[in-house]
Amino acid sequence: MAGRTSRRMGYEGVVLAAPATTPYQRFSKETAHWWIARALRQSLQSAGLGPRDVDGFSVASFTLFPDTAVGLTQHLGLTPRWLDHIPMGGASGVVALRRAARAVQAGDADIVACVAGDTNHVDSFRRMLSSFSRFAQDASYPYGAGGPNACFALLTDHYMSAYGATREDFGRICVAQRDNALQNPHAVMKKPLTMEDYLGARMISDPIALFDCVMPVSGAEAFLVMREEDARVAGLPYAHIRGSIERHNAFPEDPIQMRGGWAMDIDELYAMADARPDDMDLLQTYDDYPVISMMQFEDLGFCGKGEGPAFVRERDLTIAGDFPHNTSGGQLSAGQAGAAGGFIGLVEAIRQVTGAAGPTQVEGARTAMVSGFGMINYDRGVCSSAAIISGAGT
Amino acid sequence: MTDAILPPPKKDPQKRTRSQTLPSGLRSRAALGLTAAAAEGRFMLQVCGECGALQYPPRDACSTCLSTDLPWRDIDPAGELIAETTVRTSTNTYFRERTPWRVGTVRLDAGPSVMCHVHGDVPRGGRVRIINRLDKSGQGVLYALPPEGTPNMEDDPQLREITADPKFRRVLITDARSENAVALAEAFAKAGASIIFIGEPEGWRPYPHRPALEAIPNVQIVPLDVTDTASVAELAGEIGGKTDILVNNARFVRPGGIMDRGDTVFARDEMEVNYLGLMRLAQSFGPAMRGRGADGDNSAAAWVNILSVYAYSNMPAFGAFSASNAAAYSLSQCLRAEMRPGGVRVMNVYTGPTDDAWHQPLPPPKVAPAALARAIVSGLKDGLEDVFVGDVAKDLIERWRAGAKVLEREMSETDGGGA
Ligand SMILES: [Zn+2]
Repeated sequence: MAGRTSRRMGYEGVVLAAPATTPYQRFSKETAHWWIARALRQSLQSAGLGPRDVDGFSVASFTLFPDTAVGLTQHLGLTPRWLDHIPMGGASGVVALRRAARAVQAGDADIVACVAGDTNHVDSFRRMLSSFSRFAQDASYPYGAGGPNACFALLTDHYMSAYGATREDFGRICVAQRDNALQNPHAVMKKPLTMEDYLGARMISDPIALFDCVMPVSGAEAFLVMREEDARVAGLPYAHIRGSIERHNAFPEDPIQMRGGWAMDIDELYAMADARPDDMDLLQTYDDYPVISMMQFEDLGFCGKGEGPAFVRERDLTIAGDFPHNTSGGQLSAGQAGAAGGFIGLVEAIRQVTGAAGPTQVEGARTAMVSGFGMINYDRGVCSSAAIISGAGT
Repeated sequence: MTDAILPPPKKDPQKRTRSQTLPSGLRSRAALGLTAAAAEGRFMLQVCGECGALQYPPRDACSTCLSTDLPWRDIDPAGELIAETTVRTSTNTYFRERTPWRVGTVRLDAGPSVMCHVHGDVPRGGRVRIINRLDKSGQGVLYALPPEGTPNMEDDPQLREITADPKFRRVLITDARSENAVALAEAFAKAGASIIFIGEPEGWRPYPHRPALEAIPNVQIVPLDVTDTASVAELAGEIGGKTDILVNNARFVRPGGIMDRGDTVFARDEMEVNYLGLMRLAQSFGPAMRGRGADGDNSAAAWVNILSVYAYSNMPAFGAFSASNAAAYSLSQCLRAEMRPGGVRVMNVYTGPTDDAWHQPLPPPKVAPAALARAIVSGLKDGLEDVFVGDVAKDLIERWRAGAKVLEREMSETDGGGA
């Protein structure tokens, strides 16, 4: 309940390791199973493990139908004693981490492989939208069928009139991320983006224009959750979990989304991690549209409500800047691989705080915040999550 | 402000008629409550029977107290447009063909926010009035209008998609000989119909109001006997491809039930006109109309049946007539399902006793032809599917909804149970 003072148990002794990203493709003839298998294999190989070594398995995917995590165990030859399927889209990475960490901590599993992946067939996006959720089917899809573009256009329109944000303010986020993406060889977007390009792009659903939208792609992301001692014995780089939060259907009385569930729980996150916003060397927000990244700057405590526009005018969001944000290019420039969009920031953050990010590495990065946001069930994103992680030795 | 639409150009017969595509008609069972309310043009939402909380989107349990008692109630339609967008790319073919399409978020004064279609005359951040109407898929959708009327408001292209406005449309009204024919033709002329065909059975027999019909602008009297399959087919061959609204006005009325008649002569006539007449018209005109649902500003738009409200519950004094209307009512539901893929609305107008010779012995109130005609035209302009005209019909449907069995017993009283 709100106002509770009891401290939650920490995540001591449990770590994140073996981050893996299967390079994205715009369209794929392959299935989600194929993409998930690739990322799982890559993660396990980097840890010197095989499928039989995994006793916990967590999956997030939209395009596995008719399968779930259950079907994948047989399909991929896994025999886990702990199994999870997380239908939370953009919030699924941190949620997978939270659940897996507690399972390892309690001894219910020794090594949990967390994987998210989706395929993108030529027609799969349209098919997914029309049956995404019951409320979307009943109360948003019949109104122009603009999908998430239209829903976020409404939130953006409202945010702009409430706080005086301009399109340039959102453009700053997109342009900086494209700059970051140019350092990431796997990003789908490979051309530089200028503010002029951003402002001149065609409207998709006013005020959302082309470069405010992610490009749906095929891809997969994975990481392992295990005991610190096991990671150390195996010689794996790893990250500690300093704290985490999760919230669903926050502020249902808000007439339109102006904040996410982070705003309810952010104090607890910093208290658990014994950290302040200034301690973050980088931030990975969920960025399916720039307005939601701006709300995260506010709700995660980097600036006050309504101060997002001023914040992005003052800070440099690139890898080398004073506020490195979505260092791999995020979904806006690396692509949105379905539920893997809920993992992209977390997997990149694990690489960052373990010094393994290569060309996108933020110099000296030790501590990162990762936040997730997902599921436009009707008119707003319902799921939110966030975590603070740090490299070993912090 | 909305631009007035112009008379559509003459159709190029070489050009392919655009196929009707539809907005998504997928709905949960709870959401069909909105559709049921939209059929009558009512803005209703679920209100918790226990705690009174207003719910949207439609659901199966109260989001305040978890009660599953969620009756539908009429709701204050006032609200404010708090966000808007213009959809320019859509994943649905129907909308893709009609972009740009304006949608918005309206915060109702009554509480919840709703996503809805938005009329072009609503200013940014403006006050609105929500209406609930059937879209081309036949499902209820919410639509934000300016609180008061604006010039040419009815010509907004998004609004015209959910109405069946007679303006610039071509209408066929059956049965020139009926007392309603003049009032109907006048009402459609006033509403801007471009041609009003009036089907005339037995043209050799004179009838008093023929000169009045001929005097109405844009009227063309054409031969049509709904009891004659060849006659119906012949007219459909001539004008079926340009009939945008069909008003099935023919009916055969005689008093009497079963035992007081002693034979089936009148019963046969009632079925020939009231039931089989509808069937013949639908078989001849239905396919062409269904194929022209998206044919520009004068697309096929609506099929209108004038039915006795005693289709719902038999009135023994007109027992056999009631039965033929019950048959026609049932057939109209079938026609609705068959017309739906073409986006053509089937509007049933239910009336109590009409002000004519055959209902002369019944006490008032009765429905005058002009009132019936007004109800039909306003129902089309409003995009309705079910219209109850007059106090008797309105009262009867309320009682039927409250309990059909109770009503049946009430109807067996000689006066039809009051009203
Ligand atoms: Zn309740």
